[in-house]
Amino acid sequence: MSLIDARGLSRTFTVYKRSGRLTRTRTEVHAVHDLDLAIEAGEMVGYIGPNGAGKSTTIKMLTGILVPTAGHLRVAGVDPSRKRRSLAHRIGVVFGQRTTLWWDLPLRDSFELLQKIYRVPPDRFRTNLAEFVELLDLGDLLDTPVRQLSLGQRMRGDITASLLHDPEILYLDEPTIGLDVVSKGRLREFLRALNAERGTTLLLTTHDLQDIEALCRRVVVIDHGTKVFDGPLSELHRQGGSTRTLVVDLVDEAPPIAVEGATTRRVEGPRQWLAFPADASAAPLVAAITATYNVADLSIQEPDIEDVIRELYTAG
Amino acid sequence: MTLLHVSIAGRAFRRYSTYTAATLAGIFTNCVFGVIICFVYTAVWDQRPHAGGYDVHDALTYAWLGQAMIMTVAVWGGGSPDDLAERIRSGDVALDFYRPVGILGWYVAADLGRALFHLLTRGIAPTIVGAILFDLRWPAGPLTWLAVAASIPLAVLVSFGLRFLVAMSGFWILDSQGTKVLAASAAVFFSGLTVPLVLFPGWLQNVAVVLPWATFLQVPADIWLGQRSGWEVLVGLALQVFWAVALLALCALVLRTAERKVVVQGG
Repeated sequence: MSLIDARGLSRTFTVYKRSGRLTRTRTEVHAVHDLDLAIEAGEMVGYIGPNGAGKSTTIKMLTGILVPTAGHLRVAGVDPSRKRRSLAHRIGVVFGQRTTLWWDLPLRDSFELLQKIYRVPPDRFRTNLAEFVELLDLGDLLDTPVRQLSLGQRMRGDITASLLHDPEILYLDEPTIGLDVVSKGRLREFLRALNAERGTTLLLTTHDLQDIEALCRRVVVIDHGTKVFDGPLSELHRQGGSTRTLVVDLVDEAPPIAVEGATTRRVEGPRQWLAFPADASAAPLVAAITATYNVADLSIQEPDIEDVIRELYTAG
Repeated sequence: MTLLHVSIAGRAFRRYSTYTAATLAGIFTNCVFGVIICFVYTAVWDQRPHAGGYDVHDALTYAWLGQAMIMTVAVWGGGSPDDLAERIRSGDVALDFYRPVGILGWYVAADLGRALFHLLTRGIAPTIVGAILFDLRWPAGPLTWLAVAASIPLAVLVSFGLRFLVAMSGFWILDSQGTKVLAASAAVFFSGLTVPLVLFPGWLQNVAVVLPWATFLQVPADIWLGQRSGWEVLVGLALQVFWAVALLALCALVLRTAERKVVVQGG
């Protein structure tokens, strides 16, 4: 059986809206509708979708804090909402915009409290802490109160906090939000190593396509509570027909650039926008253009996750 | 009570102990107010030597016990429920529901740790100063001391229950600051912090002495002063136990409702 096994998983909320001075109308909102999801141990899965698509509702059901209204759900062999406390020992949760750490306490104290909460054996705790402190470069910060940490430092603290009890599954909700490029890169590298060395299963929700590109071989897209895509990222790009954009600044104004493998979408003075397939390399394109034109500057715009999903619809 | 809760309490104790300057300033403030209230009470009991069944020594002792209990039971609010209020405001509280440990027990432990620190510093220090400056009354014997020792943590639990409910109001009204101010005024008045409940007029006194706030100061003080003796001591402690249990049960109930709400509404 899969580590995460959901079949026909649904969650409906009843919402009351004021329709008059005293009357309220009752509407049903299908936050998640008939979702099938099977994730094997050791997978790294990107779970994406626009705001309000049902991502966090799904995560809440997977962690057991929200009871599904219909469907079958097993995580690590148990029904999450019935075995929430015991399942909590086997999963880790990280929210980019929230912290599980104690504001007033030094990082070390938060970690020691978590050790007691999760009853991590002292040996295991010491080894884990030493390893994560080393990998996430937290050594100098252990005695700093959490309120004095920067966002990136706090995030590393939160990731460590979520892993001290050796969870089999780690749920990450927007883990790189607000981080600078270097911190993002380091975090991704850490998560990749975590998955490779410990076999931790990762389920990651994000708006940052580069998170997905760096980490996930498999992407699940959800919208309006329904799964609209499940497969490798390259396939998503192909189906969504998503493109990257090469922005070329020429020295002089010129007619639209004609080059193989790209189409010129827009010309504005000396600046031109060229679209090319998201899975193609920009290198030959750049070489071809610089060979023929006098180029002042170049930059590449990555496709937006929202655009990809939007195009997934218009294409289908 | 588990090892975890002991360590939570220990950490709360340590957290407050790091603010040495604030603690010393607080002790000084308590002493100043203790002296002021003693002057007022001296004037009152000069005119009415047995007002409320107290003599002037009882009244002066009551004034210092009041100063000792302000921070210990957190009459003005504060303590671990303030942490909860902050986590509700920021939304971090959603993560607390993911932990394999109860939230209420967690905060109770943290507040008991805090209360112990405040008792040992802002409770005991002003009492010693008061005893040097004025002729105070002391518990009559070991049994009375024991009853006082039982009464103080119970007072903390009752006050915790009220403060936790106030903090949880933030689940519904987003910011519990207003409720906190309102609750603090009620607590200062009905705890007898400024005017002992024994001086309240007839019907108001009858009501006030059975309200939860009466257990903050009036009950422990009356045990200390020997105003309650024999069975009356047990009745006083029973009132505290009743309010502690009732309020904590209500806290658990409200917390469960709040949890459902948080989980459903996102976070």
